[in-house]
Amino acid sequence: MPTFNLKINNETHSVEADMDTPLLWVLRDKINLVGTKFGCGIGQCGSCTVHVDGNAMRSCLLQVSQAEGMDITTIEGLSENGDHVVQQAWKEVDVPQCGYCQAGQIMTASAFLNNNPNPSESEIRNAMHGNICRCAAYNSIEEAVKLASEKLS
Amino acid sequence: MTPSKKLTFSRRSFLKTSALAGGGIIIGFNLFNSCKSDVKPAIDLSQLNYNDFNAFIKISPEGKVTIFSPNPEIGQGVKTSMPMIIAEELEVAWEDVYVVQAPLDTANYNRQVAGGSQSIRHGWTALRQTGATAKQMLVNAAAAKWGVDASECSVKEGVISNAKGETFNYGDVVNEAATLEIPEEVSLKDPNDFTIIGQGKGNVDIDRIITGKPLFGLDYKVEGMLYASVLRPPAFGQKLESYDASAAKSLPGVVDVITIGKKVRAYNEAGNRNWSMVMSDSDKVVVIAKTTWDAFKGKKALKAVWKTDTPLESTEKHDEILNGLLTGKEFNTRRKDGDVAKAFANADKVIERVYESPFLPHNTLEPMNFFADVTDEKVNLVGPVQTPESAQKVVADLLGRDIETVSVDMTRMGGGFGRRLYGDFVYEAAEISDAIRKPIKMVSSREDDMTTGVYRPAIKYRIAASIKDGKLTGYHLKEAAVNSNMYGLIPNFFPAGAVENYQVDTANYRSNITTGAWRAPYTNFLASAEQSFFDELAEELGVDRVKLHMDLLENVKNNPDPKIEYSPERLQGVLKLAVEKSNWGKSESGVYQGLSVYYCHNTHVAEVADITMENGIPSVKKVTCAIDCGIVINPLGAMNQCKGGVLDGIGHAMYSDFGFSNGVPQSNNFNSYQLIRMGQTPKVDIHFIENDIDPTGLGEPTLPPVGAAVANAIYKATGKRLTKQPYMSNMNVEEKILG
Repeated sequence: MPTFNLKINNETHSVEADMDTPLLWVLRDKINLVGTKFGCGIGQCGSCTVHVDGNAMRSCLLQVSQAEGMDITTIEGLSENGDHVVQQAWKEVDVPQCGYCQAGQIMTASAFLNNNPNPSESEIRNAMHGNICRCAAYNSIEEAVKLASEKLS
Repeated sequence: MTPSKKLTFSRRSFLKTSALAGGGIIIGFNLFNSCKSDVKPAIDLSQLNYNDFNAFIKISPEGKVTIFSPNPEIGQGVKTSMPMIIAEELEVAWEDVYVVQAPLDTANYNRQVAGGSQSIRHGWTALRQTGATAKQMLVNAAAAKWGVDASECSVKEGVISNAKGETFNYGDVVNEAATLEIPEEVSLKDPNDFTIIGQGKGNVDIDRIITGKPLFGLDYKVEGMLYASVLRPPAFGQKLESYDASAAKSLPGVVDVITIGKKVRAYNEAGNRNWSMVMSDSDKVVVIAKTTWDAFKGKKALKAVWKTDTPLESTEKHDEILNGLLTGKEFNTRRKDGDVAKAFANADKVIERVYESPFLPHNTLEPMNFFADVTDEKVNLVGPVQTPESAQKVVADLLGRDIETVSVDMTRMGGGFGRRLYGDFVYEAAEISDAIRKPIKMVSSREDDMTTGVYRPAIKYRIAASIKDGKLTGYHLKEAAVNSNMYGLIPNFFPAGAVENYQVDTANYRSNITTGAWRAPYTNFLASAEQSFFDELAEELGVDRVKLHMDLLENVKNNPDPKIEYSPERLQGVLKLAVEKSNWGKSESGVYQGLSVYYCHNTHVAEVADITMENGIPSVKKVTCAIDCGIVINPLGAMNQCKGGVLDGIGHAMYSDFGFSNGVPQSNNFNSYQLIRMGQTPKVDIHFIENDIDPTGLGEPTLPPVGAAVANAIYKATGKRLTKQPYMSNMNVEEKILG
């Protein structure tokens, strides 16, 4: 089995895995970073969203062999103490119901706001449409993204 | 603080205290036995096999308060709201309370179930009495130390004061309190004096959720744990004939390939099959591997041959059968007032409509999974299940173990919606670990989860009404459903008691497709059907929609019916509030409004949907929702539940479709099954009726009415009555928004 050197949350991890193993399962089962969630495995729900070189990507679709040399950030590495502006907005609005999709939602929102710190309502709705929340906490997610953008500006 | 209600209750049956070895006090209480006798579960929870409902609070000599929340947390917020009720009466600051999820412990807790929107309703009085009793014992201990009467003492935020201004913290007197008799009578607070209840408190797990800490079943792991992926029959009605695992076994991450199914089959053949045994009796092939991905890959490499055991069913066949049942004569009459046949014969006009709904998978975002570690001595089970007690008992029986040697620990659940009431995934995990005697985690893929589900059954309703001299004289509801019919309370929901001649009939067809409870069972579609029908009825009668309901409810008030489940006053109350808050009838041009009012899970709800039409496609812009659930414990959590219920209801009424072809589910992932996404969601505006009535359920009741509110608004916009869900397919508008 080949070995891959991955840069995750500013640390280098050396993992043995089949080339086609999705980054998601490397994170969860090999590196013990279980904050990144499995929801669909086909890039449709957004639960597994991580940052790759600053962009939101579905870790279930990214093979470990493609991830070498990239700068990967997971929910665990988004901030030191859970105090990223998006995490704080999530807490202030009390977004989660079951909470399962929220790491993916936060990763999508934080990458989006990084590129567009002052978005319109429709830009927020477009940016977040790829992330499913089965509890349908969508009003609160929208409110939290807006609150985070206000905190940023 | 003015003590209000004096309550005498048989405390010994539901409370006990003991001193802790390391100092402090622990108070155990039996929540369920303390319920008022008029408490009736909204669904037949007796089938869930619970008798009791207990929990604990612990106060340490340092004054720290730990509340063990007994009920499974599936996103409904009880891990926050139930401890809030205790903390209120205990008179401690919420910030000083530490909440812990209690493990399954049948010796000390018994009814640990999440289901039927009943946790708060059942727990309300007992949780308050427990907090109040603990506070009184601490006050009594302080009073004894001071040599004063307890009535001269007061408490604020865990500090007891006497008339001289001396103070004790709870921790100072907790060891003495543990030795006192449990007081015979305690005062409960006046709701006007509540300082925690009614204040929005954030989710107690929030920090762990937003930082991605391990919380869910899928996150749980132990050293040496292997992953298991289960190949189940691809079609309902099929069984395993043979399989070839050679390609799977040659994969580097695959450890073993085994079959399971014998234990469950033996258990069922011995006549033990209980309500939770929803799985197929077929053998299943299990790939055991080092990682989840290895297990999924191994499963894809299996070659299996399936044989048809029972007929393979299709949606067309279900339609035909259910339509046949609706027009047939074989019915079970569930409620009959007056004589509907006579009313219909004498009518000036009869209106009749058929409403149709598809099967629906639950699609919890965390797929089914469970950890099992079976050794010679014990069975350790960990994971997300809404009914841990039943799971423990069935696993003990399946594996032939003493129940004392089977432990179940509950993780936070990535959604339930009814799916995790059924323990099939726990039994599979247990059977796998029993076979290989290693700790394993059974993990379903999304495809496994969606295609081997416990679906909401497809249901059709036929509703007919008779009109005579401009009045509604008869109402006849018929239900034709797959596998099971509405539970016993539903025939007593509105409009029971409001129409002189009223009848509810049900019939069902037994299918080999597994079905079960899905958020707000039966009412999740029945409300859409009935409240769409009332819209049409009002039009036929030439009466304003709101006035029709107000008048019918006035009939009920004038002719009280002890059998009805709802309160006509409270339904009128939510209707008035929704009308006021939504600007009903005064919407701006291009905005169309639809109304729906419904009672279920002991809660009264009225909703108004505002829609616009964009290129022939309806877009829901806003839903105004008025709710009477009595006292709201945690407005923040309650708001989340209600908004989520409304949006979940819109999503499934408008977009989600699910069918079968020769036993095979026709969708298997989110690229072929539409769940509502942000771009399809309106703003939800929630208004609670303010009163001091004991609280009722919130996890489900906002979902059922919204389908009709949307359908009625679409009618206003298009002139088309929608009777078949999902509405978008019925309008021939396929709007797929996928990731």
